[in-house]
Amino acid sequence: MKNLWAITSKETRAYFSMPSAYIVGAMFLILTGVFFVSDVSRPFAEAGVRGLIDWASFFTIFLAPLITMRLLAEEQKMGTLELLLTSPVREWEVVLGKYIASFSLLLAIQLVTVYYVLMIYVFGDPDTGPVLSAYLGLVLHGAAALSIGLLGSSLSGNQIVAAVVGTGVLLFFSFINRVASLLEGTPAEFINALSMNARLSDFTRGVIDTSHVIYFLSIIAIFLFLTIRSLETRRWR
Amino acid sequence: MIEVSDLTKNFGDFPAVSSLTFSVEQGEILGFLGPNGAGKTTAMKIITGFMPPTSGTVEVAGFDIVEHSLDARKHIGYLPETVPLYTDMTVSDYLSFMGTIRGMSSTEIKSRRSEVIDLCRLDEYQTTIIGKLSKGYRQRVGIAQAILHEPDVLILDEPTIGIDPIQVVETRQLIKDLGKDHTLILSSHILPEVSMICDRVIIIHEGQIVAIDDPINLGTNLSGIERVELEVKGPNREIINVLESVRGVEEIERIPVSGGAYHRYHITVSLGQDIRTDLASKVIENGWGLLKLQSLGMTLEEIFLRLTIEEEHVRPLEQLEVSE
Repeated sequence: MKNLWAITSKETRAYFSMPSAYIVGAMFLILTGVFFVSDVSRPFAEAGVRGLIDWASFFTIFLAPLITMRLLAEEQKMGTLELLLTSPVREWEVVLGKYIASFSLLLAIQLVTVYYVLMIYVFGDPDTGPVLSAYLGLVLHGAAALSIGLLGSSLSGNQIVAAVVGTGVLLFFSFINRVASLLEGTPAEFINALSMNARLSDFTRGVIDTSHVIYFLSIIAIFLFLTIRSLETRRWR
Repeated sequence: MIEVSDLTKNFGDFPAVSSLTFSVEQGEILGFLGPNGAGKTTAMKIITGFMPPTSGTVEVAGFDIVEHSLDARKHIGYLPETVPLYTDMTVSDYLSFMGTIRGMSSTEIKSRRSEVIDLCRLDEYQTTIIGKLSKGYRQRVGIAQAILHEPDVLILDEPTIGIDPIQVVETRQLIKDLGKDHTLILSSHILPEVSMICDRVIIIHEGQIVAIDDPINLGTNLSGIERVELEVKGPNREIINVLESVRGVEEIERIPVSGGAYHRYHITVSLGQDIRTDLASKVIENGWGLLKLQSLGMTLEEIFLRLTIEEEHVRPLEQLEVSE
């Protein structure tokens, strides 16, 4: 537990003292902001966060791997992983510690978008329920995206490769439902069940489906587990 | 303190380390000597638990490095070859972090950190970002983190590589001091360094131990009987024929002599054999005149080359004559 905390606090401090984290965060906020403005300035725009959350989750696909790419890739490249893994530290402590740090950064960035929501409350009268459920969906989706990004980071010593792998897997999980529309029956259902976007849209509609929550939590658990395994097998390579 | 038995590591079909067996006693400084790619680093990575062995076992402080990895790792301080540092942290933050993940409490860290900073002479750089330090200072930070948690066993992979000569001297002294209360394994390809610091030397070549002894033994016991200078009066061709038949002779080289009515030969002898009496009696038996029979010393460098270089007969660049 102490190791976990040591790693989390070290990585969190590293994030918040890194210019690149601020640049990436600013890019994300600018992009979501631009699309938010174009959404709400349409005629007959609804007073809700659906458009905002859709865009925010879309850009998270690119944001999350950028956040996680350095976490393990840099350790491998610099050789510090060797030091970490020859210290009395377990692999899961390393992975989970870094994951929590990246989650705190993502949460901080996503928290800024609440400012847009305040604008909606100032100029409109949105339904609070769907706002909250949509944010739950956004956070769960972001957390899942980070776990996928972290796996990418464990696979390579190159940060760019790590980010590309993470984004690729995320795009697959996000848009696989487009394929489902070409199919019928059980295969279509199966593919739909895999898709993040299909589930995210329920959250933005104000529905909190337990199976969706479990889906995202499972994704996090599976990818963190794979990351731990990847670190363990790294010793064997 | 460290027990290595039958340690083998294959990378695919390539045997990086094969059947290493040795042990290191408490308080001993053991040197790994060998050319680049000999398997020194691989052996160290296995001993520290970073890599599992293909077969064989390693015990550190009584704990198997695979079975009880975490317990074993608590006793190890490790400086890998490429000094691994978080370049965006300050020296003292880095040391604190390393202390925490090695299970030290914050009060322990505080007192111990200033001790190692003193010991490694880093006091002016405590608040410097590691990325801004020069290679020599980074090396010191690397050593500082290795000894921070007062491990019983220290494993240093090429600790003096790439730093300036003055710092090399300081670093060696530091290592020697550390050897007083640590069990230490050190790898190097620099002979004087190893012979200066270490109590015992293992020469590794192509993943195998080719020699294991203390540096003085390696240097003196072997020296003097590996190359022999012989001056004989008599027919050259016959002399060479006869000498070649002596057991243990590997190569005979004729050294031109100006104006003398005798021949001078340098005879390379297979390791660990003294054939001077055999040579002398052969010469006498044939009725030739024996003018000189003298051993040519071998430095540790030459022994190292002889042991590790594939070409059978390596001619040393400089000959060091040892008078008897």
